[in-house]
Amino acid sequence: MIEAHATTEDVHAHPALQHHFENMEQQREAGTLGMWVFLVTEIMFFGGMFLAYTLYRSLYPWAFASASNHLDITLGAVNTGVLILSSFTMAMAVYFTQIGKLRPQVWCLVLTLVLGLTFLGIKGVEYYDKYEDRLIPGYLIPSRPFGPAVQQEGQPFDEHKLHLLHGATVRQVEMFYWIYFAMTGMHALHMIIGAGLISFLIYFSLRGRYDPEYHSPVEVVGLYWHFVDIVWIFLFPLLYLLGRHLEHG
Amino acid sequence: MQAIESFEVPTPPKVNYINAQYGLKSWLLTKDHKRIALLYLGSVTFFFFIGGLYAMMIRLELLTPQGDLLQSTTYNKVFTQHGIIMVFFFLIPSIPATLGNFLIPMMIGAKDLAFPRINLLSWYIYLAGGLITIYALLAGGVDTGWTFYTPFSTTFSNSYVVATGLGIFINGFSSILTGLNFIVTIHTMRAPGMTWFRMPLFIWSHYATSLIMILGTPVIAITVLLLAFERVARVGIFDPALGGDPVLFQHLFWFYSHPAVYIMVLPGMGVISELVANFSRKNIFGYSFVAFSSLAIAVFGFLVWGHHLFVTPQSVYAGMIFSFLSFAVAIPSAIKVFNWTATLYKSSISYDTPMLYALGFIGLFTIGGMTGLFLASLATDVHLSDTYFVIAHFHYIMVGGTLMAYLGGLHYWWPKISGRMYPEGWGRFSALVIFVGFNLTFLPQFVAGYLGMPRRYHAYPPEFQVFNVLSTAGASILGFGMLIPAIYFVWSMRYGKHAEANPWHLPGLEWRTQSPPPTENFEVTPIVTWDAYEFAPREETEVVGKFGPELERI
Amino acid sequence: MQSWIPLIPDSASTFSWKVDALYFYLSGVTLFFTLLISGVLIFFVIRYRRRTPYEIPRPIAGSHKLETLWTIIPFLIAMTMFGWGARLYFEQYKPPQNAVEVYVVGKQWMWKLQHATGQREINELHVPVGRKIKLIMTSEDVIHDFFVPAFRTKADVVPGRYTTLWFEATTPGKYHLLCAEYCGMNHSGMTGSVYVMEPREFDNWLAGNVGTTSPAAAGQQLFQTLGCASCHGANGEGGRGPTLAGLLGRPTPLEGGQSIKPDEAYIRESILNPGAKIVAGFQPIMPTFQGQVSEDQLVQLIAFIKSLTPGGTATPSGSPAAAPAASPAATASPTRNIR
Repeated sequence: MIEAHATTEDVHAHPALQHHFENMEQQREAGTLGMWVFLVTEIMFFGGMFLAYTLYRSLYPWAFASASNHLDITLGAVNTGVLILSSFTMAMAVYFTQIGKLRPQVWCLVLTLVLGLTFLGIKGVEYYDKYEDRLIPGYLIPSRPFGPAVQQEGQPFDEHKLHLLHGATVRQVEMFYWIYFAMTGMHALHMIIGAGLISFLIYFSLRGRYDPEYHSPVEVVGLYWHFVDIVWIFLFPLLYLLGRHLEHG
Repeated sequence: MQAIESFEVPTPPKVNYINAQYGLKSWLLTKDHKRIALLYLGSVTFFFFIGGLYAMMIRLELLTPQGDLLQSTTYNKVFTQHGIIMVFFFLIPSIPATLGNFLIPMMIGAKDLAFPRINLLSWYIYLAGGLITIYALLAGGVDTGWTFYTPFSTTFSNSYVVATGLGIFINGFSSILTGLNFIVTIHTMRAPGMTWFRMPLFIWSHYATSLIMILGTPVIAITVLLLAFERVARVGIFDPALGGDPVLFQHLFWFYSHPAVYIMVLPGMGVISELVANFSRKNIFGYSFVAFSSLAIAVFGFLVWGHHLFVTPQSVYAGMIFSFLSFAVAIPSAIKVFNWTATLYKSSISYDTPMLYALGFIGLFTIGGMTGLFLASLATDVHLSDTYFVIAHFHYIMVGGTLMAYLGGLHYWWPKISGRMYPEGWGRFSALVIFVGFNLTFLPQFVAGYLGMPRRYHAYPPEFQVFNVLSTAGASILGFGMLIPAIYFVWSMRYGKHAEANPWHLPGLEWRTQSPPPTENFEVTPIVTWDAYEFAPREETEVVGKFGPELERI
Repeated sequence: MQSWIPLIPDSASTFSWKVDALYFYLSGVTLFFTLLISGVLIFFVIRYRRRTPYEIPRPIAGSHKLETLWTIIPFLIAMTMFGWGARLYFEQYKPPQNAVEVYVVGKQWMWKLQHATGQREINELHVPVGRKIKLIMTSEDVIHDFFVPAFRTKADVVPGRYTTLWFEATTPGKYHLLCAEYCGMNHSGMTGSVYVMEPREFDNWLAGNVGTTSPAAAGQQLFQTLGCASCHGANGEGGRGPTLAGLLGRPTPLEGGQSIKPDEAYIRESILNPGAKIVAGFQPIMPTFQGQVSEDQLVQLIAFIKSLTPGGTATPSGSPAAAPAASPAATASPTRNIR
């Protein structure tokens, strides 16, 4: 089943071959399968929050539409573009590693990192806006409990004020916001970890650690990064695009 | 002594995984799956005794109908902590992290698991989770029940819910990483010739367990995280007073916690397959059926969580679907029991301690499994829900099942793990004491449950006292019985008879290397051409009562 | 200490013998298979014990026939258990239409009960033999569970919603009422008694227990003081707000297209969260009463609304419940024996 050429005892074994594997092929297979299994666990992890989202959205549709309208769709869309682009640069990085071109490989990794950090920066701006508008749920910030200003009838439009549609209440809008923060916060945490992993890849790439025969770490981090991207592709419409066809408030 | 020794040619001391390197650092920074298994063995035993102490306090309190030994909040903390420690820090890791870690690479002919450093990391994560939980216990304890139902746990409990939740959350990653490691190892690191259907059933059941670990544990992780988030931020996720839904918590919690019970019992079933085959010198009857039944249990186990919500405002129709599926999930377990029993037909049974534990398992698991049917059946579950019947049912599976399997496996593989034999006479004696003590503890609880004694009661109506007294008497015997192996295993590490490479004379791959094994397990990677429990040549295999084509041997 | 050890609790409801019958069937099957497996195991262990140290038995691979047999037969047995249990469960959790209602509010660590005729009880419930009783329950704080072993039934009592439980008592006596969902410090103290009485004695008890205002009458007072009447009319005839008379069970279209059949939970939700399900054709102008009404008061308002008949005046009087409230919800007078 697994052919035994170039085993660990063999002097010509690749320096990155671990002692418990028979050959590089087995090591690469194990590493890739391991990352796929890990991504399955991540799906289950995010799945619980998607379930909560589904439940509360079906209970409070108008509140969710109101709150979703209040998010900054421009920043959200820009972030989506940034992240998709970063997935592309990551895929290119894997490609260049596979064909052994070091400079493009490192450049692509750096670009991916920069795009990822851009995403996080824009997210930070969004979070700050929420903090300003008192939309951080509950008493997470004890001195600034949830309490957004609500747009009143007949008052001039104020983008910092929450426009409640059709009987939605502030308490229900709070439900949206804890889900928003939980999901995007968890996503951002995964991106930070991803950024850290890419930094490691850049460092080791510059030291010439990866080559066409051993590029499994780049591939595996690539898988992780694509997964984080896919989660965002689900989050963006579910959080930002509800009820946009209605009157934008 | 000296004179006799001088007549014997001393065997040259062989280097094995235990004496390969000395020093604390070589153990705490090891990448050897066998050393990691021993690290786990020490820690799970430690947690087991803490959980056992709590059990002792419960049974002592329940001797009398009044709540006179402990204050009620203390008692509430005691049963909560008994559950948390036993479930998360003993039962879930016990067999996979000790026996699984030790044996899986050896049984498939590999040098180690796929990711040795992740294996070590998972032990440290387990320890971190455990220490945080112990901190919570010492700081004041937690009194929500191991099920953490809301809104009591989010809003009303004044105990260390968040700290305990954090401990459980962290511990979950240990489980996930172990499962991940096992899956990748079994897929990619089998020795040449070791096909899927030549693997021991121990491997099949650990594979199924690992599937549950990786799919289910993340859900409890996010549930506990949301619970902590709600408690800290006072957001309404599960608390109706803040707009949340308490039944949502129950769905999320049980979506993991029901498959978790299969995480706890499947490895035990894998051990039993090994014990029954090897101590009757016969291959398991219906090998592929037993293998597939493990997978079936893993899949069906994810579909039945609603049977914990039959008396909640869950829809009656949903209840019916969950009830049907709960009956369905019992069938693969029944198939295993029948196959193990059939294996013994025309076999050659030895009465060694491991076999005694295996026999005990089969009987007690039958009772535990069948009493589960009372709870799968909607109308009886309405009456029995939250009574001592449920407690008796799951202790029959967890203690009568998993713990017996764990002890049986420890005895069976002790010579391989430690290079020493345990004292057989004491082994058989303690197996018997444990069996008797266990039944006396939990059989009366079935009756008390049907009579209406609720769970988690600190004080109870006097007519239940007789059952509680019997139960406590049994618990003392059980506790005494379990101390004996603790003592003689430790004793044997220094004074036990040295074990040869294959003291039981068995064909398994793990027995084809010295006891204890060298660090790299095998001197030469084996090439496997034989089946899992091949005691006799293949040509002599008989197929009984078949119809249709020959049962193909792969 | 008893001189004999019982296996089943007192039987005091129409469910009891039915659940017991299923229980005995399950026990019988369990006993049968336990004895079968243990017996076969013991027999094999003795008959096939190792006689010589090096013997190796002839291997047997398996048998498709046996596997099929011992898959199909247990599955069929399991299906009988499932079917029987499901059918009985359906009966247990579908309350009959003409049941007499009792409102239950659980809180740490006591039970508050109120009969439709006004009697209030704490940790006790008096019921007559032979009458279908439906409990409408909620909690003020955490989840509890209303469990009467003698009736073989229980249901969780959940904050934020109503759950129901029904039974028909058959045998006079005093039976345990136990909380069966862990609820904190005094969970094991949250117990009480259910008194089942012959109809005549129950009438005496009712008469002797001149209770306070019936929940519907108290609800009527709240309806005025909270200002509900200003939009819904003093008798629920409607106005700026929808008609409340005859509301329960009447298919009602909502804003947004869907249609619902109002129940107690809908009324409760509309009082606390008026914007959630607005009746078609009405504006979202009803203010919320979240934080202004307790669970007890909600129960009273609901009882009042249920008592409103279209075209009639509100019927419950403010007098004590010696005269039974002639409300459609609380059906027969206590003297009439419903079977």
